[in-house]
Amino acid sequence: MNLEKVVFGFFIVLALTLNFGFFVGELDNPDHHNEWELFAVVVVNLIATILKFGDRTQIGAILLSTSLVAMLQLIAAVLVWVVAVHVTGDGLTPKITASIVSLTGGAMIANVISVVLLVIETFVLRR
Amino acid sequence: MRSPLLLLVLTYAVTIAVLALIPGQDAEGHPTPPMSLFHAFYFVSYTATTIGFGEIPSAFSDGQRLWVIFTVYASVVVWIYSIGTLIALLQDRAFRRALAERSFARQVRRIASPFYLVCGYGETGGVLVRALTDRHRRAVVIDLDEDRINLLRLETHREHVPALVGDARRPSTLLAAGLRSPWCAGVVALTDVNRTNLKVAIATKLMHPQVKAICRADSHDVEANMASFGTDHIFDPFDTFALYLATALQAPCLVLLVTWLSGLGDEPLAEPIYPPAKGLWILCGYGRFGTALYRHLKAEGVELVVVEADPARTGEPPGGVVKGRGTEPETLEQAQIGRAVGLVAGTDDDATNLSILMTAKAMSPGLFLVARENHRDNQDLFEAVGAQILMHPSSIIADRIRVLLATPLLSEFAKYARYREHDWACELVSRIAALVEDRVPEVWEVAIDQDQSPAIYNVGKGVLVTLAALLCDPWDRDRPMTVIALMLVRKSDRILLPDPKSPLRRGDRLLFCGSSLARSRMLWTLQNSNALDYVLSGESHHPGTLWRWGTETLRRWKVRRSG
Repeated sequence: MNLEKVVFGFFIVLALTLNFGFFVGELDNPDHHNEWELFAVVVVNLIATILKFGDRTQIGAILLSTSLVAMLQLIAAVLVWVVAVHVTGDGLTPKITASIVSLTGGAMIANVISVVLLVIETFVLRR
Repeated sequence: MRSPLLLLVLTYAVTIAVLALIPGQDAEGHPTPPMSLFHAFYFVSYTATTIGFGEIPSAFSDGQRLWVIFTVYASVVVWIYSIGTLIALLQDRAFRRALAERSFARQVRRIASPFYLVCGYGETGGVLVRALTDRHRRAVVIDLDEDRINLLRLETHREHVPALVGDARRPSTLLAAGLRSPWCAGVVALTDVNRTNLKVAIATKLMHPQVKAICRADSHDVEANMASFGTDHIFDPFDTFALYLATALQAPCLVLLVTWLSGLGDEPLAEPIYPPAKGLWILCGYGRFGTALYRHLKAEGVELVVVEADPARTGEPPGGVVKGRGTEPETLEQAQIGRAVGLVAGTDDDATNLSILMTAKAMSPGLFLVARENHRDNQDLFEAVGAQILMHPSSIIADRIRVLLATPLLSEFAKYARYREHDWACELVSRIAALVEDRVPEVWEVAIDQDQSPAIYNVGKGVLVTLAALLCDPWDRDRPMTVIALMLVRKSDRILLPDPKSPLRRGDRLLFCGSSLARSRMLWTLQNSNALDYVLSGESHHPGTLWRWGTETLRRWKVRRSG
């Protein structure tokens, strides 16, 4: 067992599970979506992205690109949140909440692809 | 690279999270809910980067301050560590080298015209790359020495020359330099290490057999080795020069002919050199150069005395040696300088060579002097000492390879001309001298094919085009052009100085020399079928009434003016 592989897999899967945790619930209900959970998703995704740096294989490149997509979506979600709460003072209206959650939904797709690729890679290596 | 970034993310995450949990207070000291994640991130951002704005949005509670103390120490240290690591990475030699290799490989991939891969950018490589780029041919350079590559980057060439610091012995370097590229026209191995050149030749023949391999080799052993697996051209500077000197003794016109024809651009015509063929020659230094010279001169029947300081190391010629360096009058006296007609200073040390030349000149002013110049830097000294022939190994090789790559037919012409009578060469030399005034003639090749000479290639059936058609002026066919047809190549036949009446066929290749004006006029005949018609028939019939009316009017106007 390789500790590096464990950590790598751990963070990639954790990024997906946390992302899912934030995403589930009614789309426009702010009570169903916790800001701390979003914070954790961003941090774990960042860590997963950094872990993917420096892999020169084709699959490594795709893995990194999925993470970059997820980060882009998550940062957009966070920006919407910050602007709504702190800048315009609108607060988490259903409309705002819906756009935040759907953005993280996009990030989740990227994370799903990431996990699928990880599984495929594992299978290929087994053979 | 990963660990500093991970540490940075973790530190940020923990400090922001805890800061967003600790309750704050308002101006009167009443407790308020903790700051939001956004404010916490803002605070940590300006603290970690040591910008430090103070306690924003309102003064902190003591609990917040307690955590901020930890935040400041942790985040600032980690931030500096991360930045330091990243900057060190950018300055890392290995990393920068990797970047340089990538950009080199990209530049090579972008080349979309035939290029030559030159291994070794020493004096020979430098002269060769200059000559190639001056003729708008591309070159790619590999050298082990970083200083030389930097030198190359400082020089200005007409074409961009991608260069890499790398070991030419490693196949991966050669591949990055485009050995397998379809545009690679040849590999030229010019390093001063025989084994490296050998390795490059082997790699070339294994990985891209169609490509020409051209190598420099200093020993017969390596030459034989290279020839064994089909290296296309092998050049030995010492052998080449020895042959040159031996030819100059027997056939000075031939040497002059080849020198003129292979001259570069706007050079003035070289003066003929007549080394004395009869009489005693003194040969100082019996190393690689001396050995080659001894063999070639002996074959021409020249009487020789060899002077060598260390005959135990270099070996001895059959006639024995005079022991000594040749820099002292006694040694030269012993070598019978009194009755000698010529002297070759051929050691591998420039100071010794200069000293030999000066001593010899003082003892016998009429002596014909040949000097071996090992380093280009000493050019001025050798010119001052007044040797009649200067032999510089690097430029000899560079000249030969330049001619071979730029005008391959000229290289063949020189080879076949060697078998001709001496008078033949002398006559040709005087014809060339009459042709061009005081500058070296232009030498060019013409192939009868669709690409280079569509007018002749597509000429109608039954029309006979002879060489004479190319030799007359397409503007006034009664006026001969300043051009000489040197060679006609038809399949495996090589016809030197072909008869103007000989017909041209598809696939023929021709070598001409003459003025640059003649060259551009000839291009006209080759490509424009109207010009060719005129040259063949003497009439210019232009299609189109308007055109004919124009020329008629012009002719009448000219007649009226002259009459």
